[in-house]
Amino acid sequence: MTVEISYREALQQAIREEMRRDEDVLLLGEDITGYGGSYAVTKGLHEEFGLDRVMETPIAEAGIVATAIGLSMGGLKPIAELMTVNFALLALDQIVNNAAKFHYMFNEQWSVPIVVRTVSGFGQLAATHSQTFEGWFASVPGLKVVMPATPADAKGLLKTAIRDPDPVIFIEHSLLYSRRGPVPEGDDHLVPIGEAAIVREGGDVTIVAYSRMLVEALAAAEELASYGVDCEVVDLRTLRPLDVDTVAGSVSRTHRAVVCGEDWRTGGFGSTLVAEIQDRCFDTLDAPVARVAMADVPLPYARNLEKMLIPTAHSITEAVRGLLSIGGRR
Amino acid sequence: MYRQMLLIRRFEEHAAESYAQAKVGGFLHLYIGEEAVAVGALHGAREDDHLITHYRDHGYALVRGCDPGAVMAELYGRATGVAGGRGGSMHLADASKHFWGGHAIVGGHIPVAVGLAMAQQRKKTGLVVIDVFGDGATAIGMFHEALNMAMIWRTPVVFLCENNLYGMGAHLAEQSPVKQLVDRARGYNMPAAQCDGMDPIDTCRVMHEACEHARRGEGPYFVEALTYRFRGHSMADPEMYRSREEVREWRAKDPIPAFGKVLVEHGVASEDELQRVDKEVEEEVLAAVRFADESPPPSPDTVFDGIYAAPVGKRP
Repeated sequence: MTVEISYREALQQAIREEMRRDEDVLLLGEDITGYGGSYAVTKGLHEEFGLDRVMETPIAEAGIVATAIGLSMGGLKPIAELMTVNFALLALDQIVNNAAKFHYMFNEQWSVPIVVRTVSGFGQLAATHSQTFEGWFASVPGLKVVMPATPADAKGLLKTAIRDPDPVIFIEHSLLYSRRGPVPEGDDHLVPIGEAAIVREGGDVTIVAYSRMLVEALAAAEELASYGVDCEVVDLRTLRPLDVDTVAGSVSRTHRAVVCGEDWRTGGFGSTLVAEIQDRCFDTLDAPVARVAMADVPLPYARNLEKMLIPTAHSITEAVRGLLSIGGRR
Repeated sequence: MYRQMLLIRRFEEHAAESYAQAKVGGFLHLYIGEEAVAVGALHGAREDDHLITHYRDHGYALVRGCDPGAVMAELYGRATGVAGGRGGSMHLADASKHFWGGHAIVGGHIPVAVGLAMAQQRKKTGLVVIDVFGDGATAIGMFHEALNMAMIWRTPVVFLCENNLYGMGAHLAEQSPVKQLVDRARGYNMPAAQCDGMDPIDTCRVMHEACEHARRGEGPYFVEALTYRFRGHSMADPEMYRSREEVREWRAKDPIPAFGKVLVEHGVASEDELQRVDKEVEEEVLAAVRFADESPPPSPDTVFDGIYAAPVGKRP
């Protein structure tokens, strides 16, 4: 049985259920109590769990993540909320040099079971507030990086992340919060970290996406179907550890791939995906792997300029058309 | 206390020798001259109070009871090291002794201690966290975030600043408009005190007061230990930034002979006994060097182990 709820509600359910299940789980972040969280994910949680377990912090991103790390070393399971991924840069040292390192560098004496929840997205917010850095986080051994696209995955992955003994960077998307979708009922819905999902089967081309780009990929696949092009859509869900097997398996069947992301083309996560695909699928590819990514521009404020740069379903259909115009086995 | 200070001194003299023989690689930051701080501070705390430090950490590891052989083996990058040869000199740790490292990003561990202290509060352990760093770290943002949060939440953490006057090669006066680092803490309404970091008894007394303040639930405390490192910042330091006279003046305050003199004057120990301690410590350190020398390096088979506590399939 499933219920239809929003991505935001799914996240809140995950947090609420895990906090009820384990009293060591606690939340900390900026404006997450009275204000309700800047994207209202934590709204009302302090009323059920008290200000001891839903902790308001000063504006100090490095301090927030460091506190979470210290709490985890003392036996707690903290979820740190960083208001947006842009602000997570201030905590990069804590995430990369501490959270990702302790387990390995101190020879497995302790792990860092924290979840850092943060948000990417855009919407006329200009250059400093419209970025996404999943490729940076995903380049760091020791971190797990999760980017759910659907309410069901948002809930199931967040619950798994909270129970996971390693540091998980959990990146939500501001434009997905209000989207609704079916979520399995009950408090035992878990989605494993490190497993991509084939969300639409097709034989002509593989579209690899995650987070909001999955929505765009499915829309593109729908449109292309009306032209008789049969797309397979893979939702990565986890960027690190990367489920290369599922991606390569799909591309080996379709012989063509489009890799989608909202981060910059240069050094973006798609670069890694392309490298993995060519490494595993070179002999079966009928065309070069195509990229859909943000142009290398600090995103401008003006509506027309922003719209011109944001990758959309249209960008994906164009990329697929480009691939199909290249000769192959069909 | 005397034995512990001497153990640190002799251990590091041998570590420097091994470094010169290229048996120890990377960076080696010696604590020589500052021994009274680690010894005094940890005597002022409970044995199981939590400890987290900067990278000049050999002294703390030894006083906390890490086996000198395992510490030397870590410097040698051997499998028998306290961190299995993965951490090296700057990343010594033994969680079973509540010693959480050895951290090499200046200031990065300071706010981690705030979270660890908050966990003590929540779990009602009655323990406090001792958070050690140098004067240079007080310029970093994370130091200020940590002091601010510790005061807001009244966490049981004692900030122990080892003021040895130099952040690498720059004098404190070039790095801070505040001469007394205790004033930085006072800016956060945090109680603060200085101690003579060349005197283990004074350091112990001040640290004990600080720890008990935190243990009573009265919140964090800041201690500034006035000290001096006799050697360079690391083995690679030619020490162009300070005068020989200054070094000579501080060397005259060497905490080990000074404390030995106090012990003899008060009839606690005789000169002969102190010499015997020196001999015993020398033997202990030689055994540690032998242990490190004879230990195997980490097995190449283990290089991908433990990146995660819960690995996913074969994917790193």
